[in-house]
Amino acid sequence: MLVIRCPWCSERDQTEFSYHGEAHIARPATPMDRTDEQWGDYLFFRSNTRGPHRERWLHAAGCRRWFNLLRDTATGRILAVYRPDEPPPAATAG
Amino acid sequence: MDGVTPILDACPVRRAAQTNRLAGGGGIDRSRPLDFRFDGRDYQGYAGDTLASALLANGVRLLGRSYKYGRPRGIVSAGPEEPGALVTLGSGAALEPNIRPTMVPLRQGLEAFAQLSPAGTGPDPLGWIADRFSRFLPPGFYYKTFSWPRRLWPLYERMLRKAASSAPVPEQRDANRYEHRYMHCDVLVVGGGPAGLAAALAAGRAGASVVLADENAELGGALIDEPDTPAGRAARAWVAAMVGELDSLPEVETLKRTSVVAFHDHNYLIAVEERGDSMVPPPAQRLLKIRAREVVLATGAVERPLVFPDNDRPGVMLAGAVRTYLNRYAVMPGQTMVVFTNNDTAYRTALEAAGAGARVTVVDIRPQPRGALVRRARAAGIGVLPGHAVTAVRGRRAVRGVEIRALADDGRGVGAAAMELPCSVVAMSGGWIPSVQLFSQSGGRLRFRPDVGAHVPGEPPTLNRSRPAGACNGSFTLSACVAEGLAAGQAAAGQAEAGVGSGAEIPHPPPPGTDDEEEPALFLPHVPGPLPGPLPGKSFVDLQSDVTVADIVLAEREGYGAVEHLKRYTALGMGADQGRTSALNGLAVLAGQRGVGIGALGHTTFRPNLKPVRFGAIAGPHLGPSFTPQRRTPMHPWHEANGAVFEDTGTWIRPFCFPNPGETAEQAVRREARAARTGVGLLDASTLGKIEVQGPDAEEFLDRMYVTTRRGLAVGRCRYGMMLNENGVVFDDGVTTRLAPDHFLLSTNSSGAARVLRWLEEWLQTEWPDLDVFCTCVTEQWANATLVGPLARDLLRQVTDIDLDPARFPFMSMRQGTVAGLPARVFRIAYSGDLSFEINVPARHGLALWESLVRAGETFGLTPYGTEAMHLLRAEKGFIVVGQDTDGTVTPVDLGQGVPAATARDFVGKRSLFRADMLRDDRKQLVGLLTADPSLVLPVGTHLTDTPRPVPPVPTLGFVTTGHFSPAVGRSIALALVAGGRGRLGETVTAYRRDGGPHPVTIVPPCFYDPDGERRHA
Ligand SMILES: [Zn+2]
Repeated sequence: MLVIRCPWCSERDQTEFSYHGEAHIARPATPMDRTDEQWGDYLFFRSNTRGPHRERWLHAAGCRRWFNLLRDTATGRILAVYRPDEPPPAATAG
Repeated sequence: MDGVTPILDACPVRRAAQTNRLAGGGGIDRSRPLDFRFDGRDYQGYAGDTLASALLANGVRLLGRSYKYGRPRGIVSAGPEEPGALVTLGSGAALEPNIRPTMVPLRQGLEAFAQLSPAGTGPDPLGWIADRFSRFLPPGFYYKTFSWPRRLWPLYERMLRKAASSAPVPEQRDANRYEHRYMHCDVLVVGGGPAGLAAALAAGRAGASVVLADENAELGGALIDEPDTPAGRAARAWVAAMVGELDSLPEVETLKRTSVVAFHDHNYLIAVEERGDSMVPPPAQRLLKIRAREVVLATGAVERPLVFPDNDRPGVMLAGAVRTYLNRYAVMPGQTMVVFTNNDTAYRTALEAAGAGARVTVVDIRPQPRGALVRRARAAGIGVLPGHAVTAVRGRRAVRGVEIRALADDGRGVGAAAMELPCSVVAMSGGWIPSVQLFSQSGGRLRFRPDVGAHVPGEPPTLNRSRPAGACNGSFTLSACVAEGLAAGQAAAGQAEAGVGSGAEIPHPPPPGTDDEEEPALFLPHVPGPLPGPLPGKSFVDLQSDVTVADIVLAEREGYGAVEHLKRYTALGMGADQGRTSALNGLAVLAGQRGVGIGALGHTTFRPNLKPVRFGAIAGPHLGPSFTPQRRTPMHPWHEANGAVFEDTGTWIRPFCFPNPGETAEQAVRREARAARTGVGLLDASTLGKIEVQGPDAEEFLDRMYVTTRRGLAVGRCRYGMMLNENGVVFDDGVTTRLAPDHFLLSTNSSGAARVLRWLEEWLQTEWPDLDVFCTCVTEQWANATLVGPLARDLLRQVTDIDLDPARFPFMSMRQGTVAGLPARVFRIAYSGDLSFEINVPARHGLALWESLVRAGETFGLTPYGTEAMHLLRAEKGFIVVGQDTDGTVTPVDLGQGVPAATARDFVGKRSLFRADMLRDDRKQLVGLLTADPSLVLPVGTHLTDTPRPVPPVPTLGFVTTGHFSPAVGRSIALALVAGGRGRLGETVTAYRRDGGPHPVTIVPPCFYDPDGERRHA
């Protein structure tokens, strides 16, 4: 079980958080202009990364705020924590 | 014969005749005899005994039968690695199956039972047959023998279950109490032997907070097995000094009888602490959840069994265990002993057993052993047979002797000449296996060390912080264990940045005379046969899973030569002992068969948990009302006092109905529903989810979240709407009320408020942070009493200052004022379809409001009603419950809401409604159903088909989502999701009930009552 540093609350057990998949999936600005295939890409297709992965977490049993982790999916190592309004850090393996 | 006699008839033992107990010595307290029972017979042991040592003291050898072959089994070890005999403790609610007798401290009145296969104390037909006809039970026999013909599988399954359940399943609820404990420390030290003690003290002296966990009842590891000699006493004194100083350090906590069973990410470890009867009332076990900054693994080593024919006979024991029984418990397992070894350490057992009066012969695989211990044994007059091996064990239920043959020099065969040696115990040693399971779980790599003959820790983990020390690191001398423990403890404390103390000096000098210079061991995968053939008898590799050398050879030949395949094909290492003593021997046999080194094979994964953990410990105190929060409305006391029948709806406890005396629940529901249609009913709707949304951009935000626009909604007006997920699937529905230009109140499903709030927050925080909006859940801040029925207005008028004139307070609007003198928001929303007022007051006034309404309602025949009548009323109207009448596929279009205009504003999920699959007209759509028999109520989940006489496979048209008997309509009604249902109105299809067979039903629109919706406007 991971220890995750919430940007607002500091280090907490993983049980306080919930995971919400890959981060930085841009919602199309004009959905009705998208083809079914393009819309399907947005809805269903994710990168399935082995290695550094930007992902969304919610401090559900804490401050209830959303933030992002850069986490190495192969090692479990957390490489960076950043708020939604912060630029994503570079993905280097850890 | 063995197979047809009760298993425990060996030499009847008189109570308290501890025939194998030595006259003096040991750590037991002879002044405190303890009575206990094993398999219906009375025995006596002493305080300080384990169940295993007390049984051995009483000469009890046979403890049970193995699960596959039904072979007699006895005690093999003295510790947690016990692979031989598991027993059942207690009975009834205190029954605990699959217990290692080596880990049970003896207590007065302890009752234990042998575990047999199959269950029962009588003849043992299947096991007996299995042992003699084992060629029909080859590895993988589950898959091979029983896979065909398929129709017989149920029979095979019953047979297998009977044969495989070696333990009784408790039939009563576990009466034990369990606790959870969360721990945080700088340094966790696993194992309290010399390395662990040194590590804990070094870290503790450096100022770190330390937890030291050991699974034995006593700290000191192997040192407490030392004999009562000057060196042995010095060893125990050293342990006592170390423990004494650890106890004096306030930041060090020592946990005995505590097994660390799992090493998870970020140094999160799980341990089980046996509490036994040491507390009143006793929690039987505590599950410890430990987050440690640094972990020192001083998990020691277990002795490796030798693999030779019939090495599972009761009386074949590990040499180190024999020493433990001798020195710690003053038990001599047998007066004539053969020590069978490939290394020097077993000579200690030989020397000490001979010193205690046993006749001992050593059989050593090595051709020319000449180490210090060997020389001492010879000097003591102990016979040593170098270059020999045990090739057979005599005796079935207890060892009576062994057959010995000379080994050929290369170890590939044994000679034809055999000699017989009578003995009652075989003390075997195949070397020592470092306990590397936790290191491996922590992410560290293992490497094979040929001189140790086993895997040792290699590359350290990157994610976690674990440091091996001592025997688990492949370092077996006492001085090395202490030195490594010290270094690991200091480094861990430094890494934990807990303190600045050096702790560099050795805390106490290790005791002298315990390290003898040793010669290397000689490893053979198993005792070979006389070339070219194998020896008769079964050479066991895994006693718990009944896996023999022949099984592994056959599995390899059949293509299961990879370690993970071998494990699954033969069940090697899959017993309750997790292969602690067997996995390495299995690898050795496999490597020999494949002609490669063990190191080339890799090893199987050491999964958590390392030993069985009781479900009770995992559940801990989270049982019954403590399992999940139980929410009650402010009116709950009134419901209880007035005979409500309750039901759980999510985490809420709500009245299902309010039966009058002598009334059934069904009668009560019909009476309540009739009152709400014809008079006035009262519903506690406080559980309805309520979320306030406020801010300059609140209208814009809600406009993006609901299918129906929120724009232009006047202050004080309400609007129904559905919320979708991005796939277009209905996620929640409810009414939005505008409280002020920038302030809205949303209602959600009773169980959905938390989900909806999270959903709103997700969009606000991650997608549209530019919107200036705040959301707050106010579900529990407001109580809701809802008046329903044609007389609702007349009643409410008695207690409110709000103008109820329908022209000024129309349907789908909200007014604020007082009700029964309490500040209230009153909503004209009609989930029942009839005239209805939802009266919201601050939660603290909820009960007062309810009681006032009940008093005012006396002259109106006011009838409180529960959730069942509420569901019936809404079903008559065809109003859905999201999650009951919908599932994860249903869109608003499927529910008959129409396709939104493509050119109009966007909202979450809208684009998905236009995907090609979402527009198909054979999607399941919400419809009503009328049964041919008007009294027949269709159970939820009933499937619908096109044909009344189906031949499988039958495609389903859909299923019933809601079914009731409606007093207002005078017949049964149902809602259903039916493929293309809206295009099939008036058609008759077949409902298949689970009990009762097919029944014709007619598809109708999903509204059975007041289809034009006039009554709610009244
Ligand atoms: Zn937080």
